[in-house]
Amino acid sequence: MDNNEQKKLLRMMLLIRRFEEKLVDLSQDPQKLGGMMIVCMGQEAVAAGVGAVLLPEDVIITNHRSHGHLLAKGAEPDLIMAEIFGRRTGYNKGKSGTLHIAVPEVNALCTTTVVGGGIPIAVGTAFAAQYTQKDYVTVCFFGNGASDEGSFHEALNMASLWNLPVIFICENNVYSGAQRMEEHTKVKDIADRAAAYAMRGEIVDGNDALAVYEAVQKARQDCLSGAGPVLIECKTYRWGGHGTADQQLYQPKDEIARWKEKCPIKGLKASLMQAGALTEQEYQQLESDTGKIVEQSVQFAEASPWPDPAEALEDVYA
Amino acid sequence: MQELTLGQAVNQALREEMSRDERVFIAGEGVGVSIHSGPYGATNGLLEEFGPRRVKDTPVSEAGIAGLAVGASVMGLLPVVEIMFNPFFTIAADQIVNHAAKLRYLSGGKSKFPLVVRVKTGAGIGAGCQHSHNLEAWVAHSPGLKVVMPSTPADAKGLLKSAIRDENPVIFIEDMILHFVPGPVPEGDYTIPIGVADIKKPGRDVTVITWSKMLGAAFKAAGQLEQEGISVEIVDLRTLVPLDETTILESVRRTGRLVVLHEATRTGGFGGEIAALVAEKAFDALKAPIKRITAPDIPVPFSKPLEDFYIPNEISLMDSIRELL
Repeated sequence: MDNNEQKKLLRMMLLIRRFEEKLVDLSQDPQKLGGMMIVCMGQEAVAAGVGAVLLPEDVIITNHRSHGHLLAKGAEPDLIMAEIFGRRTGYNKGKSGTLHIAVPEVNALCTTTVVGGGIPIAVGTAFAAQYTQKDYVTVCFFGNGASDEGSFHEALNMASLWNLPVIFICENNVYSGAQRMEEHTKVKDIADRAAAYAMRGEIVDGNDALAVYEAVQKARQDCLSGAGPVLIECKTYRWGGHGTADQQLYQPKDEIARWKEKCPIKGLKASLMQAGALTEQEYQQLESDTGKIVEQSVQFAEASPWPDPAEALEDVYA
Repeated sequence: MQELTLGQAVNQALREEMSRDERVFIAGEGVGVSIHSGPYGATNGLLEEFGPRRVKDTPVSEAGIAGLAVGASVMGLLPVVEIMFNPFFTIAADQIVNHAAKLRYLSGGKSKFPLVVRVKTGAGIGAGCQHSHNLEAWVAHSPGLKVVMPSTPADAKGLLKSAIRDENPVIFIEDMILHFVPGPVPEGDYTIPIGVADIKKPGRDVTVITWSKMLGAAFKAAGQLEQEGISVEIVDLRTLVPLDETTILESVRRTGRLVVLHEATRTGGFGGEIAALVAEKAFDALKAPIKRITAPDIPVPFSKPLEDFYIPNEISLMDSIRELL
């Protein structure tokens, strides 16, 4: 990946970080932003790395920690923010909120908060690609906790059996709810579970956007040549709690501090600067640009109308 | 007119729809090569005719099968997947109730999920409660789904064609005894609209509202009561969601009496919904209390006399109707 492409990765990670910092900030005041708030802070490299590979026709199926995935797939910050604010102008007219945003415009077809619930659906969208002989792949995002669900195992078995073009991206952020890896599975690496389904499993540094990009690029080629599916485990860490209301009593402070040292943004910035491809001034400009996009999205959302209560009755049936 | 069983009628509808539209495919446990293969099988012969691309035998993975339908349908295909027996639906329920039913709403009406889940159901085959439990009320309680439960082969063919052409997820529930019962079925292409009940027998004195296999018990009771001078109107709902309120209320207004008859267990059964509807909107027309004839609130037992006791029949229906008059 050339330096310009890498700078785009950096910019995307910054956009995701700024976007979610703002959400965390706003959600401190329920008058400003009510409801549950779940963010991916510390995990931005996965979203950015995957997003840089995918083409518009590629499909993503994502989970409760979806803001980064959606932004990296090309969804508009304004329309995501308006949806999070519950406004009529949001992607789903306020029906979804932060937890279920679907953006069919960019083939982000399902954001599910049922842990593991999206994995069988990804098999279906990948099956459609094979059935219609179209060249697109499906990427399905889920966490380490989801790999304990029956749906994960049913779906991986079927995807492998039929050689479907689907990339399973496990964002292993160490925790499943409040339970650490060793408390929810004896398996050390989720990627090992691929072997149970005669599928290729791969581990990548989930805090290294370039490593994620390269692994997903190869997996996409494999899928399109009929050598899919692939399971990629991205080892990363959730800086915050499950949601903003989580006190994080179970997360050691020194552990969080260690992972913050491995910040995906800090890492890519340092490597670009070391290569002489990025100046501090350019970096400041990226920070400022992405900050402005986020500020503008909040203004758009706040200025947008609420839905009329009767609109709750619409969109149930086609 | 051709005589087909309900299983054969479903088979004919699938064959005709698959021939008509390349987007239609079927998937499920043994929809191609089956442990239940036989001339009345709903998917019998389709593998030979359409090949393994469009007739997908799946692993025993109900959540996977339902998820396949959700994902394939949002991409524009028209999946018809099978959950072998209604109690196994519980394993697929997350995909159907949380995803198929809700994802259109969550997209703000942008996405469509035109899928059909065929489910076999019903007591009377000596298979015990984990193969025979009628759960139509579960799906009727999940907004976003349509729920169809045919009682005759002709209705099954026309309703399944409508279900396949519908842009919404449709749960299509087939009674296993009816799979083997023949009846007249029109040749060629026709549809029966979803959401329209059918007055299977007009009558003056009492309305019996029923669906699926219980239509047979309703006819037996009506025939005997006719000799006693009691005229029974039989309304076959055919579709639980959307519910044909007009036909129900008009019938009750004509007869002034209502008995709801269903095979599913009593508490939380769909009969309660019909009773509530009539109590709310046609109370003034009622000349007697509303009655429900249902299975008792127990799992479906195995032993023949116990299973026979479980399934509502014309005797209890006749007793109930006589009480109202």
